[in-house]
Amino acid sequence: MKKQVSLHYEFLKGLWEIHPIFKQALGLCPTLAVTVSAINGLAMGLATTFVLIFSSVIISSIRKIVPSQVRIATYILIISTFVTIVDLVMKAKFPELSKALGPFIPLIVVNCLILGRAEAFASKNRIFRSFIDALGNGTGFLLGLLVLGSIRELLGTKCIFGFQILPDGFSTWMVMILPAGAFLTLGLLLGFANAYTKWKKEKSKKEILITN
Amino acid sequence: MDLIIIFIGAALINNFVLSYFLGICPFIGVSSKISSAVSMGLAVIFVMTITSIVSWLINNLILTPYHLEFLTIPSFILVIASLVQFVEMVIKKVSSAIYRALGIFLPLITTNCAILGLALFAQMRDYTLIESIFFALGAGSGFTLALVIMAGIREELELANVPEPFQGAPITLIVAGLLALTFMGFAGII
Repeated sequence: MKKQVSLHYEFLKGLWEIHPIFKQALGLCPTLAVTVSAINGLAMGLATTFVLIFSSVIISSIRKIVPSQVRIATYILIISTFVTIVDLVMKAKFPELSKALGPFIPLIVVNCLILGRAEAFASKNRIFRSFIDALGNGTGFLLGLLVLGSIRELLGTKCIFGFQILPDGFSTWMVMILPAGAFLTLGLLLGFANAYTKWKKEKSKKEILITN
Repeated sequence: MDLIIIFIGAALINNFVLSYFLGICPFIGVSSKISSAVSMGLAVIFVMTITSIVSWLINNLILTPYHLEFLTIPSFILVIASLVQFVEMVIKKVSSAIYRALGIFLPLITTNCAILGLALFAQMRDYTLIESIFFALGAGSGFTLALVIMAGIREELELANVPEPFQGAPITLIVAGLLALTFMGFAGII
């Protein structure tokens, strides 16, 4: 029996240590595509988190029944059920948002983040633990989208969530709301995340040397 | 004429990778060598064309007549997954040379969001069968083009002195950004 880690940690690891976007580079397609504005990022993050939590719980609760040969097909069916729910609810309640996100709501099915957590965590752990893990990873993904969306909206239109932040004299960077801006921003953020991790590692190494 | 516009539109102007962000995972994963990029691209064109035909048939012969539109997502994803398996088996049987060239790339295509995205776009835009085949060919060629250009750049990039934190995915994304800017130049040709 391997040592059980605390539930607290299962939640927090999704926020930084195994962050879906910055550390594992999972789910990059929706990340790049929908983050034209902060509100789109938020909607996409919430939709993905919803699907992630429910599918993790269901997959975890049937993990002993499903034969391992057909597990991937089963997971995909479960995930696509929840994606259909999200898609129909979005179409009925938030038609403009649904139009802005276009085919990317149905495409949550093939978001590798969800299948990744199902395969790596929910299929091996108990229901509540999988729930916490999905919540942590979903929140991490949501925050990542929000950061990316805010940066692009701020530099591209001077606003965040439609509220003007930068002064009128600031000339907007058109490139930020174009596809190219998504690649550049995410590339730079990934690079900075790597640099920060490295810096922290070296710092803790030095601290150990000093205390010894 | 419309068919040519659909083809060029999907291949260059609204390139699947560089302006719709579909298929980013293989774009970053399989773009380190030109030879594997070409194989992956060919496999994608092949599967995309078959998918476009099958998904059109399902959509117009089963889902729409019986008002089952809410089953679109599960049925498309199941069709794509089984289609890829089927194609893999057929190729293995028919030609071992092609199988060796495409082999490992075929299973990867199941999780490629470009394929499902293609089926969904064709459904949203109400393409006819011929139009969706041309759309698939265009999208596949555009994907291959982007992948091969990227692989060419990355082979050169190995000789460059990239700062350590930016090696791998970050520099690939930044290069892709510049490539996306270049592809914007195609916007005026229609």
